[in-house]
Amino acid sequence: MPRLPVTKTPKPYVGGAFIRSESGRTRPLHDAAGTFLAHVPLCTRKDLRNAVEAAAKAGPGWARRTAYNRGQILYRLAEMLEARRAEFAAALVRFGARRAAALREVDAATDRLVHYAGWADKYEQLLGGVNPVAGPYFNFTVTEPMGVVGVLAPAAPALLGLISLTAPVIVSGNTAVVLASEPQPYPAILLGELLATSDLPGGVVNLLTGTRADLLPTFATHAHLRGLSAVADAAERRTLDLGAAESVKRVRYTPDAPLATWLGDAAQGLEPIRAFTEAKTTWHPIGA
Amino acid sequence: MRASSAPPALRRWFTAVGPVDRVGVEERVAKFTTRSIKKAAKVQGLKLAVSMVDLTTLEGKDTPGKVASLCRKALRPHDDPAVPPTAAVCLYPALVRAARRALGDRSPVRIASVATAFPSGQTALATRLAEVRRAVADGADEIDMVINRGAFLAGELGRVRDEIAAVVATCGPAALKVILEVGELETYDHIRAASCLALTELRPGDFIKTSTGKTGTNATLANTQVMLEAIRDHYLDTGIAIGMKPAGGIRTAKQALHFLVAVKETLGDAWLTPARYRFGASALLNDLVRQLEKERTGAYQAPYAFSEAAESY
Repeated sequence: MPRLPVTKTPKPYVGGAFIRSESGRTRPLHDAAGTFLAHVPLCTRKDLRNAVEAAAKAGPGWARRTAYNRGQILYRLAEMLEARRAEFAAALVRFGARRAAALREVDAATDRLVHYAGWADKYEQLLGGVNPVAGPYFNFTVTEPMGVVGVLAPAAPALLGLISLTAPVIVSGNTAVVLASEPQPYPAILLGELLATSDLPGGVVNLLTGTRADLLPTFATHAHLRGLSAVADAAERRTLDLGAAESVKRVRYTPDAPLATWLGDAAQGLEPIRAFTEAKTTWHPIGA
Repeated sequence: MRASSAPPALRRWFTAVGPVDRVGVEERVAKFTTRSIKKAAKVQGLKLAVSMVDLTTLEGKDTPGKVASLCRKALRPHDDPAVPPTAAVCLYPALVRAARRALGDRSPVRIASVATAFPSGQTALATRLAEVRRAVADGADEIDMVINRGAFLAGELGRVRDEIAAVVATCGPAALKVILEVGELETYDHIRAASCLALTELRPGDFIKTSTGKTGTNATLANTQVMLEAIRDHYLDTGIAIGMKPAGGIRTAKQALHFLVAVKETLGDAWLTPARYRFGASALLNDLVRQLEKERTGAYQAPYAFSEAAESY
């Protein structure tokens, strides 16, 4: 007797749990060959609101962890991604990537996590410091996380783009609400399953699937989101800039680029971390 | 569910007031959370809820300064003048004078004071009455008393009733809220029995209240529903309208709207007024104001944008 296939209901990972959209809306997802794969939830602004609440709840605990511990957790994530390399590559191939390119993308995503894991206990020395003063006191600058940051991942590369934007946000103690690639949400669904079994506390990374047109205005205006890291076209940037100005929100754009650009060293570094930290400067008298 | 092991006096009282259908109550209240309240109706509901809040601070670390700032918050919860003041502030008796100084004599915000050895009630009756007398003399408009749960569970119903009657007499012009502390009563039957017992002693304008907020179980839709139905039965029997105050655990605007739906569908519009319905809460006010601001601006708001917020992230 032929075995019935067990198909998966893809669910976004929000607040440490797998949710269905509160709207109940989904859209059919077909792979590159046109074969139906699954119905993927179309998250709404209320799902975004709930994700921000979850991220805010997880924030203080995540920010209080030591830099060393955050680095360990990101590195552990890379270990897990490495172990599931074939599964992630197969998912990318299924949606049209060539096999070699898919493997390169997964490997680069793993290496990117390792890169930012390494930064966890090093960026502070570069972004903060003891400032020179002409008086009998010390003057220090230390960095602090901003809070909840929205991430708008590029359409492609679906996995590497998402990780390249998210890892530098969370490494400094921010929490993230991420909108996955609209045409290719499946790698983000898989990533959610990876995060659920990682050491990353629930709510630090919240992954939403859905259409950008539905969610962009709310990402822009939600006052509880302190920053946005986005890949966006000109019309979207206008929406984001107007909403961000209203809610006094920092926005960092990454240009839309082909895979080769995302694979390169220029797509990582200190700057994306700096963009989502606040500098706190304080003085302290000498000898007190 | 009858508590067959209960003392005889309690059992007789159970028979008199009737049992509670646990499954029925829980199914009924689950329905209250499915009503769709949007836009204008939501704004109206949120403002009504603001006007029903007993803005509460009941901590050992309370100071006159903190009470003064709480009073300012109660008078003007938000810079938008369309947001009404809250019904009352609720605090410990030692801080009633500070609240009266902060609010003045003709304030729209009333002063409610817990008394009678809140939250346990475990002191001599004379001590508890003295506390009530002092709080009223200091300027409290409303007294929140706790019932003697130990006596109730031991079946000494006469004693519980007499103590309530004594506090009613001591209150004078101040309104009384009788806290049943539902978390310690343990079953819906007990909650109904205690509600009915308290209702027999209360005057129009008085309230029954779910809990102190100091135990694990606080106001839920279900235990509030049991009390609302006791109020309804008492009203139908005697024509005396008693108010209701759920307290503890109501933190979000959405929860507050669910509670208002329960009142509207159980007791009707006549109870949708601060004179007959209150929320005992501290964090709730900020969430109500936050949702009102969201409705006004169209943008979701950060909790720390509102005064006295506990959240900073």
